Amino acid sequence: MRTLKFLLQKEFRQIFRDPSIIRMILVMPVIQLILLPLAANFEVKNIHLAIVDHDHSSYTRQMINKITASGYFQLVGVNSNYTDAMHLVEKDEADIILEIPAQFERTLVKESEAPVFMAVNAINGTKANLGAAYLQNIIRNYNQDVRLQWLQMPHLNDQPRIEITTASWYNPHMSYQLFMVPGILAVLLTMVGAFMTSLNIVKEKEIGTIEQVNVTPIKKYHFILGKLIPFWILGLIVLTLGMLVARIVYGITPYGNMVTIYVFAMVYLLAVLGLGLLVSTYANTQQQSMLIAFFLMMIFVLLGGLYTSIDSMPDWAKTITKFNPVAYFISVIRMVVIKGSTLADISRQLLTVAGFAIFLNGWAVLNYKKRM
Amino acid sequence: MEAVIVNNLIKTYPAEKKSVVKALNDISFKVNAGELFGVIGPDGAGKSTLFRILTTLLLADSGTAFVDGFDVVKDYKEIRKRVGYMPGKFSLYQDLSVEENLDFFATIFNTSIRENYDLIKDIYVQIAPFKTRRAGKLSGGMKQKLALCCALIHRPSVLFLDEPTTGVDAVSRKEFWEMLQQLKKQGITILVSTPYMDEASLCDRVALLQNGAILSIDKPTVITAQFNNTLLAVKADNMFGLLQVLRESGLAANSYPFGEYHHVVMKDNISIEELGNYLNQKGCTTVNIQKANANIEDCFIALMRNE
Repeated sequence: MRTLKFLLQKEFRQIFRDPSIIRMILVMPVIQLILLPLAANFEVKNIHLAIVDHDHSSYTRQMINKITASGYFQLVGVNSNYTDAMHLVEKDEADIILEIPAQFERTLVKESEAPVFMAVNAINGTKANLGAAYLQNIIRNYNQDVRLQWLQMPHLNDQPRIEITTASWYNPHMSYQLFMVPGILAVLLTMVGAFMTSLNIVKEKEIGTIEQVNVTPIKKYHFILGKLIPFWILGLIVLTLGMLVARIVYGITPYGNMVTIYVFAMVYLLAVLGLGLLVSTYANTQQQSMLIAFFLMMIFVLLGGLYTSIDSMPDWAKTITKFNPVAYFISVIRMVVIKGSTLADISRQLLTVAGFAIFLNGWAVLNYKKRM
Repeated sequence: MEAVIVNNLIKTYPAEKKSVVKALNDISFKVNAGELFGVIGPDGAGKSTLFRILTTLLLADSGTAFVDGFDVVKDYKEIRKRVGYMPGKFSLYQDLSVEENLDFFATIFNTSIRENYDLIKDIYVQIAPFKTRRAGKLSGGMKQKLALCCALIHRPSVLFLDEPTTGVDAVSRKEFWEMLQQLKKQGITILVSTPYMDEASLCDRVALLQNGAILSIDKPTVITAQFNNTLLAVKADNMFGLLQVLRESGLAANSYPFGEYHHVVMKDNISIEELGNYLNQKGCTTVNIQKANANIEDCFIALMRNE
């Protein structure tokens, strides 16, 4: 016990003496939490639109007004022919071309339907998709407005219509930040837990201090605990800081119980610390461990449901996410913060992550040798 | 009683193309308790490998070794309690202060600085003025002293020093060896490895190690006494030209630069006059030939050639 106490004392001394570690642990999470959710946003705005209007009627004017008034589109050009508009796309000045045929108004009035043409620059798939969808939506609305004007409110609708009303549960304002902030917090905790630990241990290997320590009668579990406990505590500090930032900057207060989050985070940190320890038993230099960290982090984030929904992934990818601890934490922290899930609701995830913790730590301890 | 017994140790490292490098090639020797034992050899001779096996950091491929009567494989826990090890590279925490480092190593050996202060006192007083300074900010010589203190803090019975004087200035080297002599008086068995041949004479016994094999093992004086050939120190104006002439002459068994002279190992039955005449004949000017006493380096070179 005395040895462990001393190891912890030494470890904390070193951590607090290294200003870069403090910066990484405290400042980086705060800055990331403040910047990322504000910048990374799925809503596509400022779609550059070029319009080729062959009609120049009052209807087309109304439609264009409606489109530009939506706020999603920025009119970059009203051209007289399609080729000119296409040049704008080629120069990457326009994202979407809307071509309105000649006699649009007349056709619309006479035959009560008229085609318009839409060409989308699909280099950026998301932007193209969403932009086209917004534009279609606006035109459909406009179409409905026109019909309402003409129909002059009959008692019975001449066409059966189904109107869809949506209600957004748990996140009524569809706030993007409410969804993103807990997710980013989960990723940050993983970075501190897994990669700071592995870097720390590998640094001892690189400098050679581990060789000096290995010839001492110090016990293997003492050394490992001495490395894991400080980062376990730091992880919880980062979580607390992150929750504070979420509350102060975004006004996010967990709908569920804070204790639930902490209980899960405590178990989760054990799992990622085990991962860090495991990486450190294989890597011999800080550079190696850094590269492994980058590789794993990419997979963890992209297959963790932070940006893309796991439900829409192909089956094989879904199988991989089952082995991704980050995916569990992201889903749990969102469940608790947004939906108010209780410990009972997340018991499955909790047990799975506990399983990860046992497996990863077990593997790491078996692989950690005091001999070279 | 023997403090260290090594029997037929073999250690190989995998090299490129499935071949192996033999770091230790069937080594056997014994070190008596209380002895200051030197392992002398050039870089890559296998010194560090040997020390790592003896300090239980590395497993040998075959062979057995005992330190203080304990098997390095089976009783490694006992050995770790009673040996002190100073790796070739400075391996203390650079971001901890002198005092914190010492305190840390004392604690993990379940002892305290106060308990064994008498052992390290002579060394520690030299670094005590810097005890709040971080270890990384110390000079090379100071680092060595601190590392020695840390290796001694638990009063080890056997001390392993892997190239303690490499990269240390001449004055600090001399001081370091004086410290080792003091420690020897305390009854600690010391194994020290060094690439510097001149340090061999400071040891009680030395093992000359080359390519993982022991060339010779004895008291330094005995090893030098075994040098049978006539050894000459030769000097001239053009030292490089002189060496070429010596090597082409066919009179010398071997000749090599040695400080400001060239050392020439004479073939049997060739006198100094013969060599002098030959050199004058070849146009060497201001030739100066003296008899020289063989030291460990001469012996080492001779033994290497006989391999």
